[in-house]
Amino acid sequence: MKILILGAGRVGESVAESLVSEKNDITVIDSDPDRLHMLQDRLDLRGVVGNGIQPSVLRDAGIEDADMIIACAPLDETNLVVCKLAHDVFNVPTRIARVRSPEFVNGSPLLDRNGFAVDQVICPEQSVTAYIRKLVQYPEALQVLEFADGLVSLIAVRAVEGSPLVRHSLAEIPALVPGADMRIVAIYRLDKALRNLAGDTRIETGDEVFVLAPTEHIRTVLGALAKVDRPVKRLMIAGGGKVGLRLAREIHAQYQLKLIEPLRARCEYLATELPSTVLVLQGDATDEDLLGDENVDEMDMFLALTSDDEDNIMSCLLAKRMGARRVLAVINRRSYADLVQGSQIDIAIAPSHAVIGELLAYVRRGDVAAVHSLRRGAAEALEGIVRGDRKTSRMAGLPVSELALPKGAQVGAIVRGMHRPDGSEAGSDAKPQVIIAHGDTVIEPNDHVVVFVPSKRMVREVEKLFQVSATFLF
Amino acid sequence: MGLLPVVALVGRLVVLFALLMGVPLAFTLSRHDAAEQAFVMATAITLGCGLAMSLLTRRFRRELQPHDGFVLVGLTWLLLPAFGALPLWLAVPGLSVTDAYFEATSAFTATGATVLSGLDALPLSVNVWRCFMMFIGGLGIIVLGVAILPLLGVGGSQLFKTEMTGPLKDQKLTPRIADTARAIWVVYALIALACMLAYRAAGMSWEDAFMHMCTTVSLGGFSSHDLSLGYWNSPLIEAVAIFFMFVSGVSLVMYFMAWRSRSLAPLWRSTEVRAYAGVLVASVALISTYLVAFGGYADPLLALRHTAFHVVSVATTTGYATHDYATWPLFAPLHIILLGCFATCAGSTGGGIKMVRMLLLLKQAQRELVRIVHPSVVNPVVLGGRAVSDRVMQSVIAYMMMYGATLVGLTMALLFSGLDVVTAFTAVIACVNNIGPGLGEVGPALNYGKLSDLQTWICTAAMVLGRLELLAVLVLFTPAFWRR
Repeated sequence: MKILILGAGRVGESVAESLVSEKNDITVIDSDPDRLHMLQDRLDLRGVVGNGIQPSVLRDAGIEDADMIIACAPLDETNLVVCKLAHDVFNVPTRIARVRSPEFVNGSPLLDRNGFAVDQVICPEQSVTAYIRKLVQYPEALQVLEFADGLVSLIAVRAVEGSPLVRHSLAEIPALVPGADMRIVAIYRLDKALRNLAGDTRIETGDEVFVLAPTEHIRTVLGALAKVDRPVKRLMIAGGGKVGLRLAREIHAQYQLKLIEPLRARCEYLATELPSTVLVLQGDATDEDLLGDENVDEMDMFLALTSDDEDNIMSCLLAKRMGARRVLAVINRRSYADLVQGSQIDIAIAPSHAVIGELLAYVRRGDVAAVHSLRRGAAEALEGIVRGDRKTSRMAGLPVSELALPKGAQVGAIVRGMHRPDGSEAGSDAKPQVIIAHGDTVIEPNDHVVVFVPSKRMVREVEKLFQVSATFLF
Repeated sequence: MGLLPVVALVGRLVVLFALLMGVPLAFTLSRHDAAEQAFVMATAITLGCGLAMSLLTRRFRRELQPHDGFVLVGLTWLLLPAFGALPLWLAVPGLSVTDAYFEATSAFTATGATVLSGLDALPLSVNVWRCFMMFIGGLGIIVLGVAILPLLGVGGSQLFKTEMTGPLKDQKLTPRIADTARAIWVVYALIALACMLAYRAAGMSWEDAFMHMCTTVSLGGFSSHDLSLGYWNSPLIEAVAIFFMFVSGVSLVMYFMAWRSRSLAPLWRSTEVRAYAGVLVASVALISTYLVAFGGYADPLLALRHTAFHVVSVATTTGYATHDYATWPLFAPLHIILLGCFATCAGSTGGGIKMVRMLLLLKQAQRELVRIVHPSVVNPVVLGGRAVSDRVMQSVIAYMMMYGATLVGLTMALLFSGLDVVTAFTAVIACVNNIGPGLGEVGPALNYGKLSDLQTWICTAAMVLGRLELLAVLVLFTPAFWRR
């Protein structure tokens, strides 16, 4: 696929990084030559220096035969105009724009073909906020991701000593946790994936376990693998940036919030935007006295969401030592994130990866409904739709055990009856049905299949499964 | 001298005022009542003075500067009641200059305190004039001047602010101040028209409907009858009055915005309007229950009817009475008079502190309390989703200081002059907040006629101070203002 990326900022860079590894032809446009040089040295892509809203620059970058343009320049205006240009002048089939303003949302008439012609709006801040919000809701989990319009969830959780499933084999699960349908799709021990999960594989303390389960069973799954604490009530958020504000705005009704922000003017803005039940504190989140005065030891969760990795790590370590129950840090640098996750810091979030999934769904071949990037980009879970019939599809009619899946990849769940064959919504009489996959489960046409792919290298092979063979067209 | 350009402008306002006198003049000429001569003379004098003032100073006309605004307002509010008093003084036998001036000021500030008794026997045109002055003064003659005279240029907005009520006056509704003033007057006139038709439909004569409309929408409270609205003893008329008093207590600006957006959302979303409605409803519930329990009301419905009417009447600073509520146990009348100090919304025709200032003060108090527990908290006062700047908060607090000082000072002055405590205190509250009737010797069944000349002048000053929200008047008494 030929992909044009506008803007080599943090988002542009991580998008480029994750797409280039999948053998896409990437061209990045940015006005800063140094930054492009750096990127070109590190990744196999082409850089074009210039202002991306000029048609000549876009033509230089080869927009005329590009399959997709991803506009993630710092300004919303630039991204919107570029999408419009790409549609009206260059006929680029897929146009994705990073837009921060909450007034331009997917589906708004402003963004249709007569408007700015944007197919998909991505907003990293919104993605990160949604990610964190899930973790606040399920504090025992490391990550919770939704598939099939929220019917199925993939839960990452660290197995805790003394919980029901620890030191037991996978075959014993139905006996130990009756009533909850779930499937363990991967286990990471000491940051390495266990190969060949089988009935006799045992879960050990400290394992990072990935489980697929219907969304309503998340609590049961967490209870089986981790110690269920009392629910989160009190939260302290360090950093009142875009993510901090969005998060506070979304959750202030259910939780008691304290928000720490060092800049006076920003504090005043926050206090104006948020209801008065949210306490906005001016100060440094790494200031021990401030945390002490504001009873960090009473906090159920401490979230460090500033843009400074070091500050986030330090304030989390401090909060943890002073008694906060669970701490979460946003960390941009991948090396740092790998370093601290699972140490004193309970959860490390790499914001760039929260948004990649939305883009990957467009890059994937075959009919892919959702993709989530896992373990900071190393693994992936994707939800594909089985198209065609028994003759043309490589999946339909086969039991799960006979699929030509690469080694390690696992079919975790199947959702049946979400859409009619013609793509329209199913009627209300046909409620979608979640089937947790076992070896003998037979896949049918139009099923949504959630597949866990432990390594990026295998993605291509999995994609192929969802593609319809050419005869389907005739 | 800097005063002459101001005189030129005041002259034009006086001419405008003379033209407005045409309304009672038309009444008296068509009816040939006893006040015919008085009105002809008064109108002639006013018109003559106005023309003289504006023609003689024609050479000095120039763009108004912000500094001139306060002088202009002061001078206007000093002179116009005098011209307004002229027909009363000429037409009502035995009325002293002091009392006539008091009556005109009371009308012009939409207070509703009267020195006259035997209202039913007065010539119709005199009553019309008292009420019509109230209608003009309710919103403000300078606002009217800004609206219809190509008068004031940039300085107009400065003037506009002194007569419009409330602390947050910087938001313009339209790009030009004259359009804003016009829009507000149109809203005011439309409400008035609706009110008049409603009164007529509820059973008043056309004349009474006109006069009571004037004093209802201006939240003034004059009546053409000694018994006020009690004259009709009609629940329907009282209901109409309650409705329009309530409506007039909300900012006219809000109605304009609701009209422009074609929805009632701006009204309902406004914190101030919600607080205003909430306070009134809660007070009616509280007092009617209290009266049934301790006030000797056997019939709860009668208690509710009396309470609803008087709570709305006094809290909106109108001051109509259908019943001598001073005979209720002291808690009830005192409660409703205190409501009159703050219940109405900024930008309405009501008097007092205004609900928005009260809300800001409460929020400020709450803010201080939170700050004691959390020293590093940042919690600006937020009203309607917007932070209120410290500058505004300071001016509100300063206003409250001056308000308190004014109340105490004037009460002491009245005590000094020989009134009893209840009368002195409630008379000051009733005048400063432009309510009208107080308690004691100035209660709803009595009037201000028994006060001595000195006491009457103190009350007159209190009314003007309250109507112009203190600062615009007090600034004229600072040496810094006059130093060049």
